[in-house]
Amino acid sequence: MNAPVDYLLHLADNALILGQRNAEWCGHGPILEEDIALSNNSLDLIGQARLLYQHAAEQMGKGATEDTLAYFRDVPDFRNYTLCELPHMPLMAATSAGDRDFATTIVRNFLYSSLMVLVWDQLQNSKDAQLAAIAAKSLKEVRYHLRHSRDWLVRLGDGSEVSHAKAQAALDQLLPYTQEFWTTSPQESAALANGTGIDMAALQNDWNQIVSEALQEATLQRPAAGGFVPTGKQGIHSEHLGFVLAEMQSLARQHPGAIW
Amino acid sequence: MPSTTVTESEAKQSMDCRAALAMTSSAQRAWDLLESLSDPEIPVVSLRELGILREVREGAEGLEVVITPTYSGCPAMGQIEDDVKAALATAGLQATVVTQLAPAWTTDWMTDAAKDKLRAYGIAPPHACASAASGSANVVQFAARGAKAEVVHCPQCGSGNTTETSHFGSTACKALYRCLDCMEPFDYFKPY
Repeated sequence: MNAPVDYLLHLADNALILGQRNAEWCGHGPILEEDIALSNNSLDLIGQARLLYQHAAEQMGKGATEDTLAYFRDVPDFRNYTLCELPHMPLMAATSAGDRDFATTIVRNFLYSSLMVLVWDQLQNSKDAQLAAIAAKSLKEVRYHLRHSRDWLVRLGDGSEVSHAKAQAALDQLLPYTQEFWTTSPQESAALANGTGIDMAALQNDWNQIVSEALQEATLQRPAAGGFVPTGKQGIHSEHLGFVLAEMQSLARQHPGAIW
Repeated sequence: MPSTTVTESEAKQSMDCRAALAMTSSAQRAWDLLESLSDPEIPVVSLRELGILREVREGAEGLEVVITPTYSGCPAMGQIEDDVKAALATAGLQATVVTQLAPAWTTDWMTDAAKDKLRAYGIAPPHACASAASGSANVVQFAARGAKAEVVHCPQCGSGNTTETSHFGSTACKALYRCLDCMEPFDYFKPY
Protein backbone atom coordinates (compact mmCIF):
# COMPACT_ATOMS: atom_id res chain seq x y z
CA MET A 1 0.00 0.00 0.00
CA ASN A 2 1.40 3.39 -0.97
CA ALA A 3 0.49 6.74 0.52
CA PRO A 4 -1.02 9.21 -1.99
CA VAL A 5 1.71 11.15 -3.79
CA ASP A 6 0.26 14.50 -2.72
CA TYR A 7 0.35 13.39 0.91
CA LEU A 8 4.03 12.43 0.64
CA LEU A 9 4.70 15.78 -1.04
CA HIS A 10 2.92 17.59 1.79
CA LEU A 11 5.22 15.94 4.36
CA ALA A 12 8.30 16.38 2.16
CA ASP A 13 7.59 20.03 1.33
CA ASN A 14 7.16 20.88 5.02
CA ALA A 15 10.58 19.41 5.74
CA LEU A 16 12.31 20.92 2.71
CA ILE A 17 10.97 24.45 3.09
CA LEU A 18 11.62 24.61 6.83
CA GLY A 19 15.03 23.02 6.21
CA GLN A 20 15.78 25.73 3.65
CA ARG A 21 14.64 28.43 6.06
CA ASN A 22 16.78 27.10 8.92
CA ALA A 23 19.73 26.83 6.54
CA GLU A 24 19.56 30.61 6.13
CA TRP A 25 21.22 30.76 9.55
CA CYS A 26 24.27 28.88 8.29
CA GLY A 27 27.17 31.26 8.78
CA HIS A 28 24.91 33.78 10.56
CA GLY A 29 24.08 32.08 13.87
CA PRO A 30 24.03 34.34 16.94
CA ILE A 31 26.72 32.12 18.45
CA LEU A 32 28.78 29.33 16.89
CA GLU A 33 26.88 26.57 18.70
CA GLU A 34 23.55 27.82 17.34
CA ASP A 35 24.94 28.15 13.86
CA ILE A 36 25.87 24.48 14.05
CA ALA A 37 22.61 23.47 15.73
CA LEU A 38 20.39 25.12 13.13
CA SER A 39 22.50 23.72 10.30
CA ASN A 40 22.20 20.24 11.83
CA ASN A 41 18.46 20.71 12.18
CA SER A 42 18.32 21.78 8.56
CA LEU A 43 20.36 18.79 7.45
CA ASP A 44 17.96 16.41 9.21
CA LEU A 45 14.93 18.09 7.61
CA ILE A 46 16.42 18.06 4.12
CA GLY A 47 17.36 14.41 4.65
CA GLN A 48 13.76 13.60 5.57
CA ALA A 49 12.54 15.52 2.53
CA ARG A 50 14.88 13.57 0.25
CA LEU A 51 13.62 10.21 1.52
CA LEU A 52 10.01 11.31 1.04
CA TYR A 53 10.63 12.76 -2.43
CA GLN A 54 12.41 9.57 -3.49
CA HIS A 55 9.44 7.55 -2.34
CA ALA A 56 6.98 9.84 -4.14
CA ALA A 57 9.09 9.89 -7.32
CA GLU A 58 9.07 6.09 -7.53
CA GLN A 59 5.29 6.14 -7.66
CA MET A 60 5.11 9.03 -10.08
CA GLY A 61 7.46 7.58 -12.71
CA LYS A 62 7.76 9.61 -15.94
CA GLY A 63 11.26 10.78 -15.05
CA ALA A 64 10.34 12.22 -11.65
CA THR A 65 13.24 12.30 -9.20
CA GLU A 66 13.87 13.90 -5.85
CA ASP A 67 15.55 16.75 -7.76
CA THR A 68 12.69 17.41 -10.18
CA LEU A 69 10.33 17.52 -7.20
CA ALA A 70 12.48 19.89 -5.17
CA TYR A 71 13.76 22.16 -7.93
CA PHE A 72 11.30 22.12 -10.81
CA ARG A 73 7.93 22.68 -9.20
CA ASP A 74 6.41 26.10 -8.67
CA VAL A 75 4.59 27.75 -5.80
CA PRO A 76 1.09 26.29 -6.40
CA ASP A 77 2.58 22.76 -6.58
CA PHE A 78 4.05 22.97 -3.07
CA ARG A 79 1.98 21.44 -0.28
CA ASN A 80 3.78 22.74 2.83
CA TYR A 81 2.17 24.53 5.75
CA THR A 82 2.36 28.29 5.32
CA LEU A 83 4.07 28.38 8.75
CA CYS A 84 7.18 26.73 7.27
CA GLU A 85 7.75 29.34 4.55
CA LEU A 86 7.52 32.54 6.62
CA PRO A 87 10.70 34.60 6.97
CA HIS A 88 12.64 34.73 10.26
CA MET A 89 11.39 38.15 11.13
CA PRO A 90 8.40 40.03 12.39
CA LEU A 91 5.61 40.47 9.88
CA MET A 92 6.51 42.69 6.93
CA ALA A 93 6.12 42.80 3.17
CA ALA A 94 8.03 40.12 1.33
CA THR A 95 10.44 42.46 -0.40
CA SER A 96 11.34 44.31 2.80
CA ALA A 97 14.66 43.46 4.37
CA GLY A 98 15.00 42.87 8.07
CA ASP A 99 17.41 41.29 10.51
CA ARG A 100 16.89 37.60 11.16
CA ASP A 101 15.02 37.28 14.43
CA PHE A 102 16.23 34.29 16.45
CA ALA A 103 13.03 34.24 18.53
CA THR A 104 10.91 33.78 15.39
CA THR A 105 13.12 30.88 14.32
CA ILE A 106 12.89 29.23 17.72
CA VAL A 107 9.13 29.65 18.12
CA ARG A 108 8.47 28.30 14.61
CA ASN A 109 10.76 25.30 15.15
CA PHE A 110 9.08 24.64 18.48
CA LEU A 111 5.52 24.77 17.09
CA TYR A 112 6.44 22.55 14.13
CA SER A 113 8.53 20.04 16.11
CA SER A 114 5.80 19.71 18.75
CA LEU A 115 3.46 18.64 15.97
CA MET A 116 5.89 16.37 14.18
CA VAL A 117 6.86 14.29 17.24
CA LEU A 118 3.20 13.29 17.30
CA VAL A 119 2.80 12.92 13.52
CA TRP A 120 5.93 10.77 13.01
CA ASP A 121 5.07 8.67 16.03
CA GLN A 122 1.67 7.83 14.54
CA LEU A 123 2.99 7.39 11.02
CA GLN A 124 5.23 4.57 12.23
CA ASN A 125 2.02 2.51 11.93
CA SER A 126 1.26 3.64 8.38
CA LYS A 127 0.22 0.92 5.96
CA ASP A 128 2.82 2.41 3.62
CA ALA A 129 5.88 0.49 4.84
CA GLN A 130 8.39 2.94 3.40
CA LEU A 131 6.59 5.91 4.95
CA ALA A 132 6.54 4.04 8.27
CA ALA A 133 10.31 3.49 7.97
CA ILE A 134 10.91 7.18 7.22
CA ALA A 135 8.69 8.10 10.18
CA ALA A 136 10.71 5.93 12.56
CA LYS A 137 13.91 7.72 11.56
CA SER A 138 12.37 11.18 11.53
CA LEU A 139 10.89 10.70 14.99
CA LYS A 140 14.35 10.22 16.48
CA GLU A 141 15.52 13.42 14.81
CA VAL A 142 12.53 15.60 15.63
CA ARG A 143 12.88 14.72 19.31
CA TYR A 144 16.23 16.50 19.27
CA HIS A 145 14.72 19.43 17.37
CA LEU A 146 11.94 19.73 19.92
CA ARG A 147 14.35 19.57 22.80
CA HIS A 148 16.53 22.25 21.23
CA SER A 149 13.73 24.67 20.37
CA ARG A 150 11.88 24.10 23.65
CA ASP A 151 15.00 24.78 25.73
CA TRP A 152 15.50 28.05 23.89
CA LEU A 153 11.82 28.96 24.11
CA VAL A 154 12.01 28.70 27.89
CA ARG A 155 15.33 30.52 28.03
CA LEU A 156 14.05 33.40 25.89
CA GLY A 157 10.59 33.60 27.44
CA ASP A 158 11.84 33.34 31.01
CA GLY A 159 14.91 35.45 30.27
CA SER A 160 15.42 39.19 30.04
CA GLU A 161 12.70 41.73 29.31
CA VAL A 162 13.96 42.04 25.74
CA SER A 163 14.12 38.30 25.07
CA HIS A 164 10.69 37.80 26.63
CA ALA A 165 9.18 40.53 24.47
CA LYS A 166 10.72 39.08 21.31
CA ALA A 167 9.56 35.56 22.11
CA GLN A 168 6.04 36.80 22.89
CA ALA A 169 5.90 38.82 19.66
CA ALA A 170 7.04 35.80 17.64
CA LEU A 171 4.43 33.63 19.33
CA ASP A 172 1.67 36.18 18.70
CA GLN A 173 2.61 36.28 15.05
CA LEU A 174 3.10 32.55 14.44
CA LEU A 175 0.58 30.72 16.60
CA PRO A 176 -2.42 31.63 14.42
CA TYR A 177 -0.70 29.89 11.48
CA THR A 178 -0.91 26.59 13.36
CA GLN A 179 -4.66 26.57 12.76
CA GLU A 180 -3.76 25.05 9.42
CA PHE A 181 -2.59 21.89 11.21
CA TRP A 182 -6.19 21.02 12.09
CA THR A 183 -8.01 21.76 8.85
CA THR A 184 -8.39 18.90 6.41
CA SER A 185 -6.85 18.82 2.96
CA PRO A 186 -7.81 16.41 0.15
CA GLN A 187 -4.45 14.60 0.38
CA GLU A 188 -4.81 14.10 4.13
CA SER A 189 -8.32 12.71 3.73
CA ALA A 190 -7.14 10.36 0.98
CA ALA A 191 -4.23 9.13 3.10
CA LEU A 192 -6.44 8.60 6.13
CA ALA A 193 -8.95 6.70 4.02
CA ASN A 194 -6.45 4.14 2.73
CA GLY A 195 -4.71 3.65 6.08
CA THR A 196 -1.44 5.31 5.12
CA GLY A 197 -2.15 8.64 6.82
CA ILE A 198 -3.38 9.71 10.22
CA ASP A 199 -6.22 11.64 11.78
CA MET A 200 -4.67 15.01 12.50
CA ALA A 201 -7.58 16.19 14.64
CA ALA A 202 -6.85 13.37 17.08
CA LEU A 203 -3.43 14.89 17.78
CA GLN A 204 -4.70 18.30 18.77
CA ASN A 205 -5.05 17.62 22.50
CA ASP A 206 -1.55 16.19 22.84
CA TRP A 207 -0.14 19.09 20.83
CA ASN A 208 -1.96 21.60 23.01
CA GLN A 209 -0.54 19.93 26.08
CA ILE A 210 3.06 20.09 24.82
CA VAL A 211 2.62 23.74 23.82
CA SER A 212 0.81 24.83 26.98
CA GLU A 213 3.35 23.25 29.33
CA ALA A 214 6.22 24.86 27.50
CA LEU A 215 4.56 28.28 27.35
CA GLN A 216 3.83 28.13 31.04
CA GLU A 217 7.43 27.31 31.84
CA ALA A 218 8.53 30.08 29.49
CA THR A 219 6.12 32.56 31.17
CA LEU A 220 4.60 33.35 27.76
CA GLN A 221 0.94 34.11 27.11
CA ARG A 222 -0.87 32.02 24.56
CA PRO A 223 -2.55 34.38 22.09
CA ALA A 224 -6.19 33.82 21.24
CA ALA A 225 -6.78 31.61 18.23
CA GLY A 226 -9.00 32.71 15.37
CA GLY A 227 -8.70 34.90 12.33
CA PHE A 228 -7.18 33.92 9.00
CA VAL A 229 -6.60 30.19 8.48
CA PRO A 230 -3.70 29.57 6.06
CA THR A 231 -4.01 27.21 3.10
CA GLY A 232 -0.41 26.40 2.14
CA LYS A 233 -0.96 22.65 2.15
CA GLN A 234 -3.58 23.16 -0.57
CA GLY A 235 -1.12 25.07 -2.73
CA ILE A 236 -2.36 28.55 -1.86
CA HIS A 237 0.63 30.20 -0.21
CA SER A 238 1.82 33.44 1.30
CA GLU A 239 3.87 35.80 -0.86
CA HIS A 240 7.02 34.51 0.86
CA LEU A 241 7.27 31.05 -0.71
CA GLY A 242 8.12 32.43 -4.15
CA PHE A 243 11.19 34.13 -2.72
CA VAL A 244 12.29 30.94 -0.95
CA LEU A 245 11.95 28.94 -4.17
CA ALA A 246 13.70 31.59 -6.26
CA GLU A 247 16.78 31.30 -4.09
CA MET A 248 16.61 27.54 -3.59
CA GLN A 249 15.91 26.58 -7.20
CA SER A 250 17.92 29.12 -9.20
CA LEU A 251 21.10 27.06 -9.48
CA ALA A 252 19.31 23.87 -10.56
CA ARG A 253 17.27 25.81 -13.13
CA GLN A 254 20.29 27.58 -14.58
CA HIS A 255 22.11 24.28 -15.00
CA PRO A 256 19.42 21.63 -15.45
CA GLY A 257 20.74 18.11 -15.02
CA ALA A 258 24.10 19.29 -13.71
CA ILE A 259 25.79 16.99 -11.22
CA TRP A 260 29.07 17.03 -9.36
CA MET B 1 20.66 -24.64 6.20
CA PRO B 2 23.16 -24.41 3.34
CA SER B 3 26.77 -25.23 4.16
CA THR B 4 27.84 -21.64 3.60
CA THR B 5 26.05 -20.13 6.57
CA VAL B 6 28.05 -17.87 8.82
CA THR B 7 29.91 -19.67 11.57
CA GLU B 8 28.47 -19.73 15.04
CA SER B 9 30.97 -17.29 16.50
CA GLU B 10 30.42 -14.87 13.65
CA ALA B 11 26.69 -15.19 14.01
CA LYS B 12 26.94 -14.34 17.68
CA GLN B 13 28.67 -11.12 16.83
CA SER B 14 26.32 -10.28 14.02
CA MET B 15 23.10 -8.38 14.21
CA ASP B 16 20.01 -10.55 14.36
CA CYS B 17 18.83 -9.60 10.90
CA ARG B 18 22.05 -10.84 9.38
CA ALA B 19 22.57 -13.93 11.46
CA ALA B 20 19.55 -15.65 10.02
CA LEU B 21 20.82 -15.26 6.49
CA ALA B 22 22.62 -17.87 4.54
CA MET B 23 25.59 -16.54 2.65
CA THR B 24 27.09 -17.74 -0.55
CA SER B 25 30.82 -17.85 -0.75
CA SER B 26 31.11 -14.66 -2.79
CA ALA B 27 28.83 -12.92 -0.32
CA GLN B 28 31.11 -14.23 2.43
CA ARG B 29 34.17 -12.94 0.60
CA ALA B 30 32.54 -9.55 0.16
CA TRP B 31 31.62 -9.48 3.81
CA ASP B 32 35.20 -10.26 4.82
CA LEU B 33 36.44 -7.43 2.59
CA LEU B 34 33.96 -4.95 4.00
CA GLU B 35 34.47 -6.02 7.60
CA SER B 36 37.30 -3.57 8.11
CA LEU B 37 35.95 -0.71 5.99
CA SER B 38 36.00 2.36 8.22
CA ASP B 39 33.54 5.19 8.61
CA PRO B 40 34.59 8.24 6.58
CA GLU B 41 33.97 10.63 9.47
CA ILE B 42 35.19 8.47 12.35
CA PRO B 43 37.97 6.34 10.87
CA VAL B 44 38.71 4.38 14.07
CA VAL B 45 35.48 2.38 13.84
CA SER B 46 34.26 0.19 11.00
CA LEU B 47 30.93 0.51 9.22
CA ARG B 48 30.03 -2.90 10.58
CA GLU B 49 30.78 -1.90 14.17
CA LEU B 50 28.64 1.20 13.79
CA GLY B 51 25.77 -0.86 12.42
CA ILE B 52 25.70 0.98 9.08
CA LEU B 53 26.74 -2.11 7.10
CA ARG B 54 23.79 -4.43 7.53
CA GLU B 55 23.89 -7.32 5.15
CA VAL B 56 25.62 -8.82 2.13
CA ARG B 57 23.40 -11.04 0.02
CA GLU B 58 23.19 -12.73 -3.33
CA GLY B 59 20.42 -10.92 -5.19
CA ALA B 60 18.83 -11.78 -8.53
CA GLU B 61 21.26 -9.45 -10.31
CA GLY B 62 24.40 -10.25 -8.33
CA LEU B 63 25.75 -9.20 -4.99
CA GLU B 64 23.81 -6.71 -2.91
CA VAL B 65 25.33 -4.80 -0.03
CA VAL B 66 22.74 -3.34 2.31
CA ILE B 67 23.58 -0.17 4.21
CA THR B 68 21.41 1.99 6.44
CA PRO B 69 21.80 5.72 7.11
CA THR B 70 22.46 6.96 10.62
CA TYR B 71 20.58 10.27 10.39
CA SER B 72 18.25 10.91 7.42
CA GLY B 73 20.46 13.68 6.12
CA CYS B 74 23.83 12.06 6.82
CA PRO B 75 26.03 13.46 4.02
CA ALA B 76 28.50 10.58 4.35
CA MET B 77 26.14 8.03 2.76
CA GLY B 78 27.34 8.79 -0.78
CA GLN B 79 30.95 8.41 0.32
CA ILE B 80 30.14 5.15 2.10
CA GLU B 81 28.49 3.76 -1.03
CA ASP B 82 31.57 4.68 -3.09
CA ASP B 83 33.91 3.18 -0.47
CA VAL B 84 31.97 -0.09 -0.46
CA LYS B 85 32.12 -0.36 -4.24
CA ALA B 86 35.81 0.53 -4.34
CA ALA B 87 36.70 -2.01 -1.64
CA LEU B 88 34.90 -4.77 -3.52
CA ALA B 89 36.38 -3.73 -6.85
CA THR B 90 39.90 -4.35 -5.53
CA ALA B 91 38.94 -8.02 -5.24
CA GLY B 92 37.16 -8.09 -8.58
CA LEU B 93 33.72 -8.15 -7.01
CA GLN B 94 30.85 -6.02 -8.21
CA ALA B 95 27.86 -5.20 -6.08
CA THR B 96 24.78 -3.04 -5.97
CA VAL B 97 24.53 -0.95 -2.83
CA VAL B 98 21.02 -0.94 -1.41
CA THR B 99 19.96 1.64 1.16
CA GLN B 100 17.42 0.27 3.60
CA LEU B 101 15.66 2.36 6.25
CA ALA B 102 13.87 -0.21 8.39
CA PRO B 103 14.54 -1.13 11.09
CA ALA B 104 15.78 2.38 11.83
CA TRP B 105 19.43 2.62 12.77
CA THR B 106 20.10 2.99 16.47
CA THR B 107 23.26 3.62 18.47
CA ASP B 108 22.25 0.59 20.54
CA TRP B 109 23.67 -1.57 17.72
CA MET B 110 27.15 -0.26 18.35
CA THR B 111 29.42 -2.94 19.76
CA ASP B 112 31.25 -2.52 23.07
CA ALA B 113 34.53 -2.77 21.20
CA ALA B 114 33.44 0.13 19.00
CA LYS B 115 32.51 2.18 22.05
CA ASP B 116 35.98 1.60 23.51
CA LYS B 117 37.55 2.72 20.24
CA LEU B 118 35.43 5.86 20.16
CA ARG B 119 36.49 6.72 23.70
CA ALA B 120 40.17 6.18 22.88
CA TYR B 121 39.66 8.48 19.85
CA GLY B 122 38.25 11.25 22.07
CA ILE B 123 34.52 10.76 21.48
CA ALA B 124 32.31 9.83 24.43
CA PRO B 125 30.24 6.80 23.33
CA PRO B 126 26.42 6.87 23.40
CA HIS B 127 24.29 5.69 26.29
CA ALA B 128 21.65 3.06 25.64
CA CYS B 129 18.49 4.58 24.21
CA ALA B 130 16.19 1.58 23.69
CA SER B 131 14.01 2.73 26.60
CA ALA B 132 13.18 6.00 24.86
CA ALA B 133 11.04 4.11 22.38
CA SER B 134 7.85 5.26 20.71
CA GLY B 135 4.51 6.14 22.26
CA SER B 136 3.09 9.64 22.28
CA ALA B 137 2.94 9.67 26.08
CA ASN B 138 6.70 9.20 26.14
CA VAL B 139 7.12 11.99 23.66
CA VAL B 140 5.22 14.43 25.83
CA GLN B 141 7.19 13.37 28.86
CA PHE B 142 10.40 13.72 26.94
CA ALA B 143 9.47 17.23 25.94
CA ALA B 144 8.31 18.29 29.37
CA ARG B 145 11.15 17.02 31.49
CA GLY B 146 13.98 16.81 29.00
CA ALA B 147 16.19 13.77 28.66
CA LYS B 148 17.18 12.07 31.86
CA ALA B 149 20.45 13.65 32.76
CA GLU B 150 22.81 10.77 32.02
CA VAL B 151 26.36 11.40 33.15
CA VAL B 152 28.65 11.69 30.15
CA HIS B 153 32.21 10.87 31.09
CA CYS B 154 35.08 12.84 29.64
CA PRO B 155 36.98 10.63 27.19
CA GLN B 156 40.23 12.44 28.08
CA CYS B 157 40.32 12.21 31.88
CA GLY B 158 37.30 10.04 32.70
CA SER B 159 35.64 12.66 34.91
CA GLY B 160 31.86 12.67 35.17
CA ASN B 161 31.91 16.38 35.90
CA THR B 162 30.97 17.48 32.40
CA THR B 163 28.47 19.85 30.83
CA GLU B 164 26.70 20.02 27.48
CA THR B 165 27.77 22.97 25.34
CA SER B 166 25.36 22.22 22.50
CA HIS B 167 22.96 19.42 21.55
CA PHE B 168 24.42 19.58 18.06
CA GLY B 169 28.04 19.08 17.10
CA SER B 170 30.45 18.66 14.23
CA THR B 171 28.32 15.93 12.63
CA ALA B 172 24.61 15.14 12.87
CA CYS B 173 25.29 12.24 15.24
CA LYS B 174 27.28 14.14 17.86
CA ALA B 175 26.77 16.74 20.61
CA LEU B 176 29.36 19.14 22.04
CA TYR B 177 30.46 18.69 25.64
CA ARG B 178 33.05 20.20 27.92
CA CYS B 179 34.86 18.63 30.86
CA LEU B 180 34.79 20.82 33.96
CA ASP B 181 37.80 19.04 35.49
CA CYS B 182 40.35 18.88 32.69
CA MET B 183 38.54 21.70 30.81
CA GLU B 184 38.85 19.90 27.47
CA PRO B 185 35.96 20.14 24.99
CA PHE B 186 34.86 16.82 23.46
CA ASP B 187 32.23 15.22 21.24
CA TYR B 188 29.49 12.98 22.60
CA PHE B 189 27.94 10.44 20.23
CA LYS B 190 24.21 11.06 20.85
CA PRO B 191 21.89 8.15 21.65
CA TYR B 192 19.64 7.77 18.60
